[in-house]
Amino acid sequence: MGRALTRVWLLAVLFLAWWLWSAGSKSLYFPPLSSILKAVWDQWVTGPARAELSSSLEHLLVGYGIAAVAGIGLGAALWSLRYAREATAPYLYFLYVLPAPVLVPAALTLFGIGFTMKVVLIAFAALWPTLLNTLDGMRGVDAVKLDTSKVLGLSRARNMFQVVMPAASPQIVAGLRNSLQVAIILMVVSEWEASSDGIGYYLSNAQQSFDYTGMWSGIIVLAIIGIVANLLFVAAENRVLRWHYGQRAVEGVSR
Amino acid sequence: MTEPGTASGVTEGTGTPVVSLRQVRKVYASAAGPRTALADITFDVARGEFACVVGPSGAGKTTLLRCLAGLMPPTSGEALFEGAPLRSVPDGIGVVFQDYGRSLFPWLTVARNVELPLRVRRVQRAARGERVAEVLASVGLADAGGQYPWQLSGGMQQRVAIARALAYRPDLLLMDEPFASVDAQTRFELEDLILRVRDEFGVTVVFVTHDIDEAIYLADRIVVLSRSPGRVAEIVGVTLPRPRDQIATKADEAFARYREHLLGLVMSRR
Repeated sequence: MGRALTRVWLLAVLFLAWWLWSAGSKSLYFPPLSSILKAVWDQWVTGPARAELSSSLEHLLVGYGIAAVAGIGLGAALWSLRYAREATAPYLYFLYVLPAPVLVPAALTLFGIGFTMKVVLIAFAALWPTLLNTLDGMRGVDAVKLDTSKVLGLSRARNMFQVVMPAASPQIVAGLRNSLQVAIILMVVSEWEASSDGIGYYLSNAQQSFDYTGMWSGIIVLAIIGIVANLLFVAAENRVLRWHYGQRAVEGVSR
Repeated sequence: MTEPGTASGVTEGTGTPVVSLRQVRKVYASAAGPRTALADITFDVARGEFACVVGPSGAGKTTLLRCLAGLMPPTSGEALFEGAPLRSVPDGIGVVFQDYGRSLFPWLTVARNVELPLRVRRVQRAARGERVAEVLASVGLADAGGQYPWQLSGGMQQRVAIARALAYRPDLLLMDEPFASVDAQTRFELEDLILRVRDEFGVTVVFVTHDIDEAIYLADRIVVLSRSPGRVAEIVGVTLPRPRDQIATKADEAFARYREHLLGLVMSRR
């Protein structure tokens, strides 16, 4: 309870300050917070923008889901196949550092402006953090654990799923978290650049039609998506990595 | 006979030895050219025997154990387990590594750690539960099954590792300096524990250590390796009476003579 309070008070103060500061605002660019929040309710909760919200979430979930599964799968495959790993390593890092938004034009040409283009873009951009972290995490698995696995007679598949993956899981999870952030960014960018639905599309529309109240409401919705996604992620992480944090606490490493 | 004496490296008798090493040689490639870890190792370990391998550091003790476990092929020569050449780790070998913290799986509870090799061997669920309970009880951890290894002390973690290695009833238990990272008193307790479970499970043991007292206390026979590159300097039969006792056995005059003899071998510059 005390901890939750520590985290929330600053946000409350900032919102209050924003509220008071913007209360009588006649500025086109900075409408009163009260009317922004009203727009959030009218547009996003009860109004027409709900469709944009749900199509954005759909893009995000499908794209991120593909990235997560493919990232872990390809990372594991590259870890198992030394030759493939050595052959592809330089290109992986190149693709990793390539800013994904520059791929929008290419994705547009290849896939048009529909659902597929956005999902492909999100999945492609969000793939790399998970893939590279999976590969790195697996390469860092203690040799004694691998020897132990052989001694106990684990098959290749068991070794992968019951030793290598759990041992690498703290780093895999770090990759998944990173991928989630990238996926949210690409969700907005892909919808912004070329789309007929989604929050990004709504934002770009609002901005072009001087609807700054609507624009601010979209930004607040995005912030809420980010916060909720992160909360869900942390809850899942604490479950999956309970052993890891327990062990670190025993060893005296603070979080 | 309580005089130290040289025992034969190759066991006489009819049964196939559990372990046979024949001119085992291991050469590692390194930046500075090939490095010979094991020069020429020949000895047998008979069924039911407790053999210790001692030697100065760098004598290739761990390399020898890895060859024995089938984790690493020798460069030349032969390592046989129950008469068959080792190509991978056979089902009938259990290994306890020095570093329990690295060998136990921290994401599994103690019971799950012990159960894992049984799952691999497709032991039925009910039988698995029984076997886990039995083997945990015999290492004195009957109530620790639900805990995670990292919630236990070092000595208890090593007991878990021993239980896991014994769970599938191997014929041969290999131990690589298993008690090197626990305090002295825990070490004595674990030495007695391993002697007891060895009788209980009727397992053959090859135990690598750098501690001469530990080797004399535990072993039927001690294989002394020479300084790098490792070769067998001598094989010493230990005929101290069993059951052994931390205080009485170590106070025995014969114990002191073994100690003197072995120290001379290990310290020599040969």
